[in-house]
Amino acid sequence: MTSLRVEDVGNKWLPNEINLEVAAGECIVISGPSGVGKSLLLRAIADLDKHSGKVSLGETFCGEVPATQWRKQVGLLPADSAWWGEQVHDHMPVVKREQLAALGFEEDVMKWSVERLSTGEKQRLAILRVLANEPDILLLDEPTANLDPDSVDKVEALLLGYCRNKPAGLIWVSHDIAQAKRIADRRYHFDENGLGEVTA
Amino acid sequence: MNMVSLSTLDLSIAALLVLVLAVLGLKLQLGVSRQLIIAALRTTVQLLLIGYILKFLFDNVHLGYMAAISIIMLLFAGREVMARQTHPYKGLWGFGMGTISMFLSTFMVTLLALTVIINNDPWYTPQYAIPLLGMMLGNTMTGIALGLERLTQAAREKRRQIEARLMLGHSWQQSIMTIRRQSMRYGMIPIINSMAAAGLVSLPGMMTGQILAGSPPLEAVKYQILIMFLIAAGTGFGTVIAVVLGSRRLFDERERLRLDRLRK
Repeated sequence: MTSLRVEDVGNKWLPNEINLEVAAGECIVISGPSGVGKSLLLRAIADLDKHSGKVSLGETFCGEVPATQWRKQVGLLPADSAWWGEQVHDHMPVVKREQLAALGFEEDVMKWSVERLSTGEKQRLAILRVLANEPDILLLDEPTANLDPDSVDKVEALLLGYCRNKPAGLIWVSHDIAQAKRIADRRYHFDENGLGEVTA
Repeated sequence: MNMVSLSTLDLSIAALLVLVLAVLGLKLQLGVSRQLIIAALRTTVQLLLIGYILKFLFDNVHLGYMAAISIIMLLFAGREVMARQTHPYKGLWGFGMGTISMFLSTFMVTLLALTVIINNDPWYTPQYAIPLLGMMLGNTMTGIALGLERLTQAAREKRRQIEARLMLGHSWQQSIMTIRRQSMRYGMIPIINSMAAAGLVSLPGMMTGQILAGSPPLEAVKYQILIMFLIAAGTGFGTVIAVVLGSRRLFDERERLRLDRLRK
């Protein structure tokens, strides 16, 4: 049971120092206006940008383990997925069959060319790609923003199921208030004054 | 065969051609006449100057002088590599990376050629050492500049792909691997092309010069082959070193992509 603890994290783009804790098996949702640094906060937690403050997973601080290991345990799903290879399997050699099925894919999707994927397919495959690492923490930057309602349901079910069963902590950025209420154990609002828990 | 010595009159006739071209440029309003004249003057002054320096070095064969001129040439080449980058590395790295790579490759290859292959006495005889080093630096500089330019451009363009891999826990080497290979290849293409086309499309300048100066063609050819091989090795090794150093510098100790280390 490894919880993520974010203490006084900030950098030149994140002027307010952020404190946050998420336990294994817990899903927290962060909402707030564009441009306040939600994505930058997720990048700092994944150690992709230089930052002050401390981030720890269980007993381990971020700087104590190799960056590659940290990013496997703290998986970041960016708002826009990027693809570097020709075919889907170039990006994720192993993926669980039941996870593929949960998002409506057959196994032959692994042989598909990345070129022919739609935005929605890319987004769903990017979710499977990050899940393949079996991270302890998932940082999700608007994971359902480009999806149709049916896919949104599937993605929510898959991610929440992963969160409860592994158990893993989820930090989920969403602009959709209804979705936030539906999935969140705790909700946060992030604006120019910083991060605050929504208690209502 | 003897070399026909050129008189001042001979050169003046050639200069007259450039002047006629400049006048034509004026009539046609090409706007290059001024540049043309300045460039022609620069050629004359710079080459005469290097002629005197070479004459001095040839008359005073000394390892110290050779070391000094080599380092000056190296530093100029290092500056040129940086000047050719659209987004050079910030700080000393911009200058240092190209210079170190050129030093490691060209100096090693040139030393090997002078001591083992040409094996004159002394090995640093300026008549051989300076033209050899000059040609090595000139070509290696191009390879390294192309390789680094490709690397930094591609890293900027493919930032999202590189970071997508980092996010999944890939190492920095894995994340930049494809770009790194492309950049190394890119730096080596010019020398591979010129080796492939040598003799068929173009007569290499050095060989042409030697033949004009009265060397037997086959001797000139042998030297040209030697030079081509040395340049290929120097450019290849230099580009590999520069791209390895350059790609490492794009990431920090926590394997974050650091495009902020490049100038805007």
